[in-house]
Amino acid sequence: MEEKLYTITVFSEHSVGILNQVSIIFTRRGLNIETLSVSPSALSGIHKFTITLFCSREMVEKVVKQIDRRVDILKAYYNTDEELVHQEIALYKVATDKLIALGGIEELIRRYHIRILELNESSVVFQKAGHYNETQELFEELKEQVGVLQFIRSGRVAITKSKVERLSDMLAAIEAKRKPDTD
Amino acid sequence: MKLTGSEALIQALKQEGVDTIFGYPGGAIMPVFDALYDHSRDIKHILMRHEQGATHAAQGYARVSGKVGVCFVTSGPGATNTITGIGDALMDSTPMVVITGQVGAALLGSDAFQEIDVVGITQPITKWAYQIRRAEDVAWAVARAFYIARSGRPGPVVLDFTKNAQIETTEFHYQACNFIRSYNPFPELQSEQVEKAVRLIDRAERPFALVGQGVVLSGAEEALRNFLEKADIPAAATLLGLSAMPSDFPLNRGFLGMHGNVAPNLKTNECDLLIAIGMRFDDRVTGDLNSYARQARIIHIDIDPSEINKNVKVHAPIWADAREALEALTQGIRPAKHSEWIASFEPHDRKEFEKVIEKEIHPEEGPITMGEVVRLVSEATEHDAVLVNDVGQNQMISARYFRFKRTRSIVTSGGLGTMGFGLPAAIGAKTGAPERRVCLFCGDGGFQMTLQELGTIMQEGTGLKMIILNNQFLGMVRQWQELFFDERYSFTHMQNPDFVAIAKAYGIEGCEVSLREELPQAIDRMLADDKPYLLVVNVEQKGMVLPMVPAGSCVTNILF
Ligand SMILES: Cc1ncc(C[n+]2csc(CCOP(=O)(O)OP(=O)(O)O)c2C)c(N)n1
Repeated sequence: MEEKLYTITVFSEHSVGILNQVSIIFTRRGLNIETLSVSPSALSGIHKFTITLFCSREMVEKVVKQIDRRVDILKAYYNTDEELVHQEIALYKVATDKLIALGGIEELIRRYHIRILELNESSVVFQKAGHYNETQELFEELKEQVGVLQFIRSGRVAITKSKVERLSDMLAAIEAKRKPDTD
Repeated sequence: MKLTGSEALIQALKQEGVDTIFGYPGGAIMPVFDALYDHSRDIKHILMRHEQGATHAAQGYARVSGKVGVCFVTSGPGATNTITGIGDALMDSTPMVVITGQVGAALLGSDAFQEIDVVGITQPITKWAYQIRRAEDVAWAVARAFYIARSGRPGPVVLDFTKNAQIETTEFHYQACNFIRSYNPFPELQSEQVEKAVRLIDRAERPFALVGQGVVLSGAEEALRNFLEKADIPAAATLLGLSAMPSDFPLNRGFLGMHGNVAPNLKTNECDLLIAIGMRFDDRVTGDLNSYARQARIIHIDIDPSEINKNVKVHAPIWADAREALEALTQGIRPAKHSEWIASFEPHDRKEFEKVIEKEIHPEEGPITMGEVVRLVSEATEHDAVLVNDVGQNQMISARYFRFKRTRSIVTSGGLGTMGFGLPAAIGAKTGAPERRVCLFCGDGGFQMTLQELGTIMQEGTGLKMIILNNQFLGMVRQWQELFFDERYSFTHMQNPDFVAIAKAYGIEGCEVSLREELPQAIDRMLADDKPYLLVVNVEQKGMVLPMVPAGSCVTNILF
C-alpha cells in the first residue's frame, strides 16, 4: 500500500493527559510521528493538534477513527498536502565571523526570505518559515557554507483550503443535542 | 451540609444505583472504606482475595446483570493488580468503574509510598481514566464515569482518587451526566445507510448474519429474532454473542470462528451477503482476512465507528445502536424465504456431528471427555444456567456444547483470553444473578491462577457450581504443540494438588470423578442444593478441541 505524508488534525478538550491518549494510538501500531504541534485553538478551552506521519490511506483512516472515539476528543480528521495550506518555522544560529567572511549576505537573505532575530559579536539567529524542503534547503546551504551552531524546526501547522465545516458550527450542532437538565 | 470526599463518593454511587462493590482495602483507600462502613445496609461489599479477582467479579456481575460493575482498590500494587481485568473489560466491552486510591495530591510525582501512575498506565486500556484531586470534583467525576462506562459501546473507566480528596470536605450536589460534548455514544440512525442495507438484503439470495455481543448490549435480542425471521436469514454467533439467540432457535446455525461449527465457517465464504451485527471481525472469527468472505457484500452494524472498516472493508456500514438498526431494517425489508440456502448448511452439520460432536459428547468408551461433562451439566440444568468459563480447551468445549435458553447466559473472556478469569467472574455472575444457576467450567491450569477466591466463596456462601475439567495439562497449549510443534510438550504438563481437599479446607464440598458411570450422579449431587460445590472431573489427558481453523488461515480450511 502506498505510503504518503498525511496531516492529522485533532481538536480536544484542554484537560490533563490528552497528548498521551493520542500518542499511544500511534505507539500501538508502531507508527512514527513526523511532526507534532499543539496549541490553543480559536475557541477558548479547545486545543488543536497537528500531527504528520507517513503511512497508507487505510492506516490513517483507522488511526483517525481511533483518536476520534476517545472521550476527550472533539474531532479528528486527516488531509493530504494538496488540501492544505501548511507551514513550518525554523531557527538557525550561525557564527557571526564566518557569516561576515562568507560575504554576499544580502543575496542569501533575499533568496530565502530570512528574518534576523538576533545579532551579536559571536552569533546570528535566522528565522525562516516555509515548507519542510524550503527550511531544509537553507539548513543544507548554511551547513555547507558556514556551519550551523544550532538548528530547530517547529512541527507543521496547517489550515484546510476547502470551505470545510468550522469547529464552531460543529460545536453548536453538538450543543443542540444537549438534553435539558433534569433538575 | 458538607461531606468528606469519601462520603460524597458513596452518596454518588448510591445515586447511580450501585448496590454491590467488589474490593480490597489498603492505606490509600481507607477513608473510602471507612465511609462505606456506615452504608453496609444499602451497599454490599464483597471482599475478594486479590484485586484481579475484584475486577473479574465486577465483569461477571456486569455481564449477567447489564449493570455497571464497581471495584474499590488501594493505590500502587492494588491498582496494578487490576490491569488484567480492566484490559479484559475493554476488549469485551464490559461496563465497569474501578476506583483506585492514590497518594495525596501534594505527593504526586514524588515516588511516594505506593504511588503509581494509574492514569498513565490505564489510559490505553480504558474508555476514560481520571484523577480526582479535589473533593469538590467527586460528584462530577462519578457521574461522568458511569455515563461513559455504560453508554455507547460500554467499557471500563478508572477513577484515581487522591487521599487528600477523600478526606477534604465539600458541598455535595449530585447531577447525573447525560451529555459530554466531545463524546457521542448515541449516533443517529441514518436513513440512507438503512435504505442501502435494505436494498442489499432484499436482493440477497444467500444472506448470512453474524451475531455479536452488540446484540446483547443493546437489548436487541427480540429485534434480531424478528429481523431474521422476516427475511428467513440464517445466523451464527461469535463467542460473546452465543446466548443472544436461544440454541434451539431454528435460524441459529451455531458458533463462528476458530473452534466454531463447520457450516457457519464454510458458509461465510459462500454467502452473497454477510450481515455483521454488533461484532468486530476479530481474527479468531475471520482467520485470514485476505480470503475472508471476498465473494460477499457486507453490511456492518456497529455503534463504534472505529470498528467499521477496521478489519474488513464493508459495502454498507450502519453506525448505530444494534436494536435501532435492526428494527429499522426489519421494517424496510421484504419477507423472504431462503429454504434451499438454509438446507445447504445441513450436510455440514451432519458431517461435523458424525466426525466430531458425537464422539465428544456421547463417547462410549475410554476416558471421560470434556464434551460429555458439558453436555450432562447443560442437560441437568435444563439449558437454563449461566455458563462461566475460563480460557483454553475448557472454554471452547463449553462454548460449543453448553446450550442456552436466555440471553446474558455466557460469561467468558473473549478478547483478552485471560486464564484465571473464570472463578472470580463466576462469583460476580452469581452475585449479579442470584436467582440463576451459575456453572463454571475451568481448566486445572486456570483454576490455579485465581483459586484464592475460594476464600471469597466461603465467606459469602456464593452458591456457584465449579467444575474443573482436569486433564493434567495446559490443554490448549498442548493441543497446539501436538498439531504445530511436533508433539514437543514443552512445559505443559502439570502436577496438580488434591483440588477437593483444597475446597474442603475452605469448607466447600466437592467430589472427584474419573469413571463415566459415576458422572451423572456426581452432577446430580452437585446440583442438589444452592451451596457452593466443586466437581473435579479427570478427563482425557490428550483431548482435542475440533474442528479447528488454524490461526491465520482461511475460514474454510478446517481441521476435523
Ligand atoms: C494469563 C494467561 N496466561 C497464559 C495464557 C495462554 N494459555 C491459553 S490456553 C492455556 C492453557 C490452559 O490450560 P488449562 O487452564 O488447564 O485449561 P485447558 O486448556 O486444559 O482446558 C494457556 C496457558 C492465557 N490465555 N492467559
